[in-house]
This record gives sequence, structure tokens and C-alpha cells, in this order.
Amino acid sequence: MIAPVSTEQTLQAKPRVGSRFRLQWEPAQQSWVLLFPEGMVKLNGPAGEIMKRCDGASSVAQIVADLESSFGAQGLQGDVLAFLDLARGKHWIED
Amino acid sequence: MDAPQVMQASALNATNGAPLWLLAELTYRCPLHCVFCYNPVDFALTERELATDDWIRVLREARALGSVQCGFSGGEPLVREDLEVLVAEAHRLGYYTNLLTSGVGLTEQRAARLKQAGLDHIQLSFQDSTREMNDFLSHTKTFELKQRVARIIKANGWPMVMNVVIHRMNVDCIDKIIEMAVELQAEYLELANTQYYSWAQVNREQLLPSREQLQRAERVTNEYRARLGDRIRMFFVVPDYYENRPKKCMNGWGNVFLTITPDGTALPCHTAKMLPGLTFPNVRDADVRSIWYESEGFNRFRGTGWMKEPCRSCPEQQKDLGGCRCQAYMLTGDAANADPVCDKSPLHGVITEAVEKAQRPQREGNVHPLVFRDPMQSRRLSDPALAGRRAAVEHEPP
Repeated sequence: MIAPVSTEQTLQAKPRVGSRFRLQWEPAQQSWVLLFPEGMVKLNGPAGEIMKRCDGASSVAQIVADLESSFGAQGLQGDVLAFLDLARGKHWIED
Repeated sequence: MDAPQVMQASALNATNGAPLWLLAELTYRCPLHCVFCYNPVDFALTERELATDDWIRVLREARALGSVQCGFSGGEPLVREDLEVLVAEAHRLGYYTNLLTSGVGLTEQRAARLKQAGLDHIQLSFQDSTREMNDFLSHTKTFELKQRVARIIKANGWPMVMNVVIHRMNVDCIDKIIEMAVELQAEYLELANTQYYSWAQVNREQLLPSREQLQRAERVTNEYRARLGDRIRMFFVVPDYYENRPKKCMNGWGNVFLTITPDGTALPCHTAKMLPGLTFPNVRDADVRSIWYESEGFNRFRGTGWMKEPCRSCPEQQKDLGGCRCQAYMLTGDAANADPVCDKSPLHGVITEAVEKAQRPQREGNVHPLVFRDPMQSRRLSDPALAGRRAAVEHEPP
């Protein structure tokens, strides 16, 4: 069984783009994309904004704070954590 | 802020319509003689390969249109001495660069130069001929070459996709193939069931596996998937002859894929040149933008306006866009017909007939000998006087 991870631990993690992927802004598509061998995932606006902040230096808490201040929004933590879970499951990010 | 969502590439293609995937077939020259090669049967008639400067212009023009995945393929692309120059330019332009190779010619020195040029990924394929397959199955020569090349790939930190074309003669060894891919530390394994075009179409009778063989192979693959988990991602695509709906070929005609052949012909897929009555532009005469958006060849089968019955009124027409135009032409004589893989096609019988035939045991003497891909066979098969006879042989009753 996998040990449950507390929200506190998750917020301290410093995710970076997974080693099998390359994150890149595509002017022609006006979006961030993840490139990997012979494939591509096009990220929508919010997903791109989160992924581009996964630089291996910023903690999840910092990413959330940065997004909230950049977009003048509140209470994004739940959405961000849910996306990072999905992204981790697909190896788009590593901690 | 909306809940984050992602869109898979496949979902966006219908609206994007840019040539996201550029396949640069640098050369038809190849040291191998694979019986399932997808290069055109008449490849030996190609005389003048594009020069380095032509390719660089193509890379720039396609990138400006939005191309982002670039595959360097062939033939064997390592035969081109300017490969490193082209990879470097593609890298500089922001492409994700893929090298599709048999590994023959990938020395440590060359790998180091490709790494420096910014190559992102190598797809290592297994060459295949009877003797070499035996080598492979007995872990001799081929295995040593692949081990050496796989080590070079890993030492350079590239992700490795291993591509093995699956057919009647090797499908029963799928467990050995998977184990080898794991041993060589491939991140991805494509168990690519043969698609019956070009040389594989010539050799279809010997290559098409039986239903029982396929079912077993799929079962074994799933067992390994469960056991290996994330260690390796495996793709097993059932050959479309065993489906009752066609594939959405190339994700739509002129929708995502742009192939440039060694002589500069631009195609919506690497086999489209076979279609009669269609002219395809050449990058020597036109820029990529006008080729992609304006040429007759690229517009001919876009959308659904070209469809005939049963596709025209079919509720599933958007799902598969009528299947593959080349397959429709090869097997029914008309590229605008439904792909006969579809069981709604009145000509679906050509598929079931081939499948029925594949259920019978093959013995020496009751099948045609394999035709190996080489320039001499290519010239022989391209002789118009022989083409008619070849068609007759393909439809000969058992």
C-alpha cells in the first residue's frame, strides 16, 4: 500500500517537468505543449500556467501563491493539487 | 481560473489543421532488405535526392506553419552525411527531433555528433529478413548490433522507442521481443503489426498472421504489461484486417501529417504517391504553405465532401473519415471508395478472403516466396508490363 501523503508534504514538494517530456510554448497553437518521442500533448491555458511554473525550484505552495497573484484569484490550491496529481500520474512532472 | 484540463493531441487536430508532424524521408537508400518496408515498391526509380539547402528551407517553412514534431526517416537516414546539419537546424528552429533508424551506422562518434546537434529521441527499429530474424531469435548477430546501439543511445541519455514490425513469422515470439526490449532498457516498445502497403502488400500472404496468433500475442503483451507496469510503455496495434471499422488514417488527410519524400514530393502520407490521377507538389517548385493549403493533392480528400456511399450517409463518417485512401485504391480500385476494412463496404469481402486464407497453415510450396526489398526487385516490380501480372497473382485463387 502507498503511504498517504499529507497536504503539507505535497505543498512543500518542488515539481519539475518529467525527464521524458519537454515543455514548450508554441506560437502557432498559442499554447504550451508537452513534447515527447513522436507525440504531443496540448495544454489548455490553466494547465500551461501551472506546468511552466514547475521549475524544480518553486514549491507547490509558491506556485499556488504565484498563480493567485498573477490572476488576481483566490482559492486555487484545490485545482492546482488536482492537476498536479494528474500530471504526476502521467509522468509530466517529477518531484 | 477554470479547472485545469488537458486536451490530447488527437482531440485538437480536427480544429488545428496545421502540419504538426513533419516526416522527412531523407533517402530511400538502405542497407537492409525488409520484406515489409513501407517505401514505395518503385523506390529505385527515384534519382535525385533533395540537397541539404532544400531540406533546410523545408524545415524552416514547415516550422513557420506550426510543425513541431520532426521525424528523420528513410530508407536509412544515417546514410545521409548531412544528417547532423539537418538535426541541428531542426533543433535550432524548436522542433522535437526524432531519428527513425535501424541503428546500422550509428557509431559512438556519430551519436556524439547527433547529441551535440540537439537530437531529442531515437526510434530503433528491428530489421527483419529471414536470416536476420533467425539471428535475432537465436540472439546472435542482430542482437549484438542492437545491444551495442541501445547502449550508445542510453549512454547519450536519449529516450528510446523500440519498434518491431510484427507479422506471421515473428508474432509467436512476442515474449522474447518484449524481454529483449526490457533488457535493452527501452522506454517505449511499439509492437507494430504490419500494415499492408508497398512491400508488405507484395508479401501479404506470408506476413498476415492468423487470428489465433494475434489473440495469443495480445494476451502475452497484456500479461507483460501487468507485470512490468511503468517500466516500459507498450503499444500493440491490431492489424486493421482484423477490425470491422477502418482506422482514421493519418488522423485525416492533410490534417496533421506532412511527408516529404527523398526527391522532394510532398505527400499527406508516405504511400499516397500510389494514387492515380492525383498530382502532388514538389518542394523544389512550391513553398510548404501553398503546398499544404492550396495544392490539389492535399485538398482532394480533406473533409467529407469527396465521399461516396456508404460513407456519405454514414453516422460514423467523422470517426474514421472513411479509412485509408490508399487501402481503398489498392483493394477496390477506387481511392474514393470506403476503406474495405469497414464491414459496411460492399467490397469488404476482399478483406475477409485474405483473413480466411491466413487461418490456413502455410507450407513451402503453397505460398509465393518472399520478395525482399532491393533496387533490382524494385525495378522489376515497377515494370508496367509486369504490374498487371502482379495484380493477377495477388488475386489468384488458392
